[in-house]
Amino acid sequence: MLTTTPVTPTYLPEWFAARQQAAWQRFLTLSTPKRGDETWRFSSIKQLDFSAFRRNPINGVNDLIARSVGLEAPAAKLVFVNDELVHVESNLPAAVICLPLSEALVSHSDLVQAHFMKQETRLGSAKFAALHEASLSNGVFVYVPDKLEVAGTIEVHHWISGENSVIFPHTLIVTGTSAKVRVVDIFRSADDVLPGLAIAFNDLSAGQNSKLDYVAIQDFNEMTRVIQINETSVFRDASAIGFILNTGGSWVRNESLSRLEGPGSRSDMLSVAIPAHDQEYDQRTFQHHVSEGAYSDLLYKNSLYDDARTIFSGLIFVDENAHHTDAYQTCRNLLMSDTCEANSMPGLEINADQVKCSHGSTSSQISDEEIFYLRARGIDPINSRQLIARGFSVDVVERLKCDEVEALVLEFIDDKFRRIAT
Amino acid sequence: MSLHIQDLHATLEDGTEILKGVNLVIPKGEIHAIMGPNGSGKSTLSKVIAGHEGYVVTSGSVKQDGQEILEKSVDERSRDGIFLAFQYPSEVPGVSNANFIRAALQARLPKGQDIDAVAYYKELYSKMDLLEMDRKFTARAVNEGFSGGEKKRNEILQMMMLQPEYCILDETDSGLDIDALKIVAKGVNAMRSPERGMLLITHYQRLLDYIKPDYVHVMSEGRIVRSGGAELAHELERDGYEFLKEPALA
Repeated sequence: MLTTTPVTPTYLPEWFAARQQAAWQRFLTLSTPKRGDETWRFSSIKQLDFSAFRRNPINGVNDLIARSVGLEAPAAKLVFVNDELVHVESNLPAAVICLPLSEALVSHSDLVQAHFMKQETRLGSAKFAALHEASLSNGVFVYVPDKLEVAGTIEVHHWISGENSVIFPHTLIVTGTSAKVRVVDIFRSADDVLPGLAIAFNDLSAGQNSKLDYVAIQDFNEMTRVIQINETSVFRDASAIGFILNTGGSWVRNESLSRLEGPGSRSDMLSVAIPAHDQEYDQRTFQHHVSEGAYSDLLYKNSLYDDARTIFSGLIFVDENAHHTDAYQTCRNLLMSDTCEANSMPGLEINADQVKCSHGSTSSQISDEEIFYLRARGIDPINSRQLIARGFSVDVVERLKCDEVEALVLEFIDDKFRRIAT
Repeated sequence: MSLHIQDLHATLEDGTEILKGVNLVIPKGEIHAIMGPNGSGKSTLSKVIAGHEGYVVTSGSVKQDGQEILEKSVDERSRDGIFLAFQYPSEVPGVSNANFIRAALQARLPKGQDIDAVAYYKELYSKMDLLEMDRKFTARAVNEGFSGGEKKRNEILQMMMLQPEYCILDETDSGLDIDALKIVAKGVNAMRSPERGMLLITHYQRLLDYIKPDYVHVMSEGRIVRSGGAELAHELERDGYEFLKEPALA
């Protein structure tokens, strides 16, 4: 995968082919992260050897479509296996564009070009963002025109199938002025034990006064490595939620960047992670206040079991003219074993006046008294601890303010707790 | 049928002895009260019966209807019918009251069997009505942001839902104003039954005006030093614990 130049299909627009070629050159030129790089501090660099991974053909499609169960009645549903679209259904209004990216690149080339990967990847994975850009073959493009509010939720399933398969899922969501949409990406493995690699990118652009909610549920098998880059731009008076649930993967690197581009804009950056066994979740975040009078609020909660590791590194960055900024950043770790490890590096850089900012991170264990209380009601020790750990995560999930999506996220959380219990 | 505590000795993990030979029998159908000054071991007794792992039982026994319970874990004792209403109930953020009580009931069912949700809520609401608890408490996280009185009412609600055989109420009256105390007492009195024994631990006779005990015991320095009828509580209220400073009566 890393030695062969990817070829852009001839039916795709020229600009896209040019970008893919340039990205490939960038991928080849940029150096591989190494120990000592600030943006990779505490990371397991050895995980970045991707030489074993390759594109694989798809099989078992019908079974995977049947297993692509999420919301009861999604507004639209797309299923991808190894980046190939295998199923689509939609009840969306005709004015909403919700297409596989390969199709949108042809039918809405200018629109895609105007929004596709506009931001600079600055949290450490520029090389892998370049690899993603050079290699991606498909994904989802959602565009909601001005004043249109999509009722319900668009649901997208991404499956990895086959041994040592690599996928490059891309989700590009754009809302027009006063539009509204909610999209859920669900990432899973067809098989429980076969290794895989996903280098995923979500590109979110919330136009003026719009509301864009994005939820990523990462539940790959525990043999899969993941790099997921989230880049969000929020314009005047718009509001964006980016929520990430991490339950799967062996090694996961999340880079989340929110750019507050207009006054009155708001970004909620939310994450729940439940690593167990020897899973490692590496979270890097950037709240970039470009405009004055914007609001950002980050809340990350990690419950760590067994020998799990997490790394949280967050920065609030307030530009020179971004006066009257409100920015908050909280990372809380619940240590469920004596051998887990949570690293936190919260950060703040303020270059403007009259700014309200706070950042903090805490790590704690469940106290014996709490456990005693639950056990004194007859609940066994394992369930007592899990009830507390679940409760620890729930307030982040509730920030989604959408019952059906909250219920879906909680199903994945409960499923993870069941796996931990056995 | 009784909860039979015999020559019970218990220490803290550092070896400090708190219970120094407690003897007490609480038959089903009776309410017993333990009074005594601070530091006499009342709360420790309640926690040792419930199975708190921070204490080491060095000798003695606690038998529930003839069966030793000291070997059992905390949660096992609870499932088998021992209930402790906490003096300081823990907060459990993110776990709603309704889900918490449901989890406790679920823990009592055989594997594979589930609570009937409709019947459960009906039962829960009827108990909450009796305790004059607003319905919104079902959705609120367990004890989080509850006032002292609300926490104590919540303990009684759990007790009413779990229907234990033996209830130990540790200073349930502390921090309650008179109205809250009456409501809590109403709940406890509703639980009075020939099938159930109760032990009230309290500092003040006031609680016993509303929940009339069959027997009152005085605890001091890790032992029961005096026992009597309900009138003993009034005597203690009037005269205090001065008599404890005199040579032991027994």
